Amino acid sequence: MSFFDYFKTKKQTSASIAKERLQIIVAHERNTRDQPDYLPELQQELLEVIRRYVAIRDDQVQVQLDKNDSCSVLELNVTLPENER
Amino acid sequence: MARIIVVTSGKGGVGKTTTSASISTGLAQKGYKTAVIDFDVGLRNLDLIMNCERRVVYDFVNVIQGEATLNQALIRDKRVDNLYILPASQTRDKEALTHEGVEKVLNEMSETFDYLVCDSPAGIEHGALMSLYFADEAIVVTNPEVSSVRDSDRILGILQSKSRRAERGDDPVKEHLLLTRYNHERVERGEMLSIEDVNDILSIPLLGVIPESQAVLNASNQGAPVILDEDTEAGQAYEDAVARLLGEERELRFLDPQKKGFLKRMFGG
Ligand SMILES: Nc1ncnc2c1ncn2[C@@H]1O[C@H](COP(=O)(O)OP(=O)(O)OP(=O)(O)O)[C@@H](O)[C@H]1O
Ligand SMILES: [Mg+2]
Repeated sequence: MSFFDYFKTKKQTSASIAKERLQIIVAHERNTRDQPDYLPELQQELLEVIRRYVAIRDDQVQVQLDKNDSCSVLELNVTLPENER
Repeated sequence: MARIIVVTSGKGGVGKTTTSASISTGLAQKGYKTAVIDFDVGLRNLDLIMNCERRVVYDFVNVIQGEATLNQALIRDKRVDNLYILPASQTRDKEALTHEGVEKVLNEMSETFDYLVCDSPAGIEHGALMSLYFADEAIVVTNPEVSSVRDSDRILGILQSKSRRAERGDDPVKEHLLLTRYNHERVERGEMLSIEDVNDILSIPLLGVIPESQAVLNASNQGAPVILDEDTEAGQAYEDAVARLLGEERELRFLDPQKKGFLKRMFGG
């Protein structure tokens, strides 16, 4: 590696930043578009139920359906606020 | 039975109309009877690129609504045999492209044409959905830039779930990536996503790479699809894309970095 190449590889190019950002957002969007239509409503209702007991923000409940060949797994993630624990 | 090809992108202004004009012209030059259809109702532009804006009498919507026959609305290209243009309406709104209406016109055209090239409007609204619904193949026009790549991925999702082929469970729409406005020097400098970068993200077969080129603007100024400008790199790159669309194998061209001077090389220019 030449002296100049050394400095070049040190700094991340804007194109490589663009690629990384795209990989993340595209993976996320592909995942959500394969989700069943009822998921947002399910998420909303779960949120309401949990709110009867704990005050949480909208984004603290995540619902996701993972499909395998043999079965589907409904994954539910609830993040509780610090002071409620 | 015609093969229906949609030229689509999601994002606006990436080169769909430029591509529709050149691909349809290229197919006709190869001897296939081809029509290029403008789905951009309200914002017709294909007629200008194809240099037939003053010959438009009837349009796509007139045919759908039975106010004109297909033969009355189709404009025959003056330069290239086998090439016809079906212009969009400028006055009606996009809802005039009804599902049944579009199907009827495409079916009628399918009887006599080999290829129907559908120039999609930008976005993912009604007009864009109509233009891709009946497609057998899709040319996804993408610029090496974040929002264009993301929108292309959206469109691929729609092709895979909302097209007629998807709804019927037929073989999926055949997808092609066309990377346009590509600037090799900027890719070399790390300022622009490379072919490999875009390929890694979208992972669909590459139909071609069209360089960013002044020739495209010159061509649209004159109303001649750039593929007719055979001396230009952009024109030749479109010609390669047409050949690949027809199954020929061709190497990518015009991607060698320009010979750089010693100083430029030293300082990473
Ligand atoms: N390879 C290229 N090099 C330089 N300029 C280009 C290239 N391809 C397209 N352009 C220019 O980009 C602009 C938009 O092109 P075009 O109209 O084909 O895009 P579009 O996707 O059809 O837009 P819209 O979404 O509005 O329908 C035009 O000015 C055109 O000349
Ligand atoms: Mg256009």
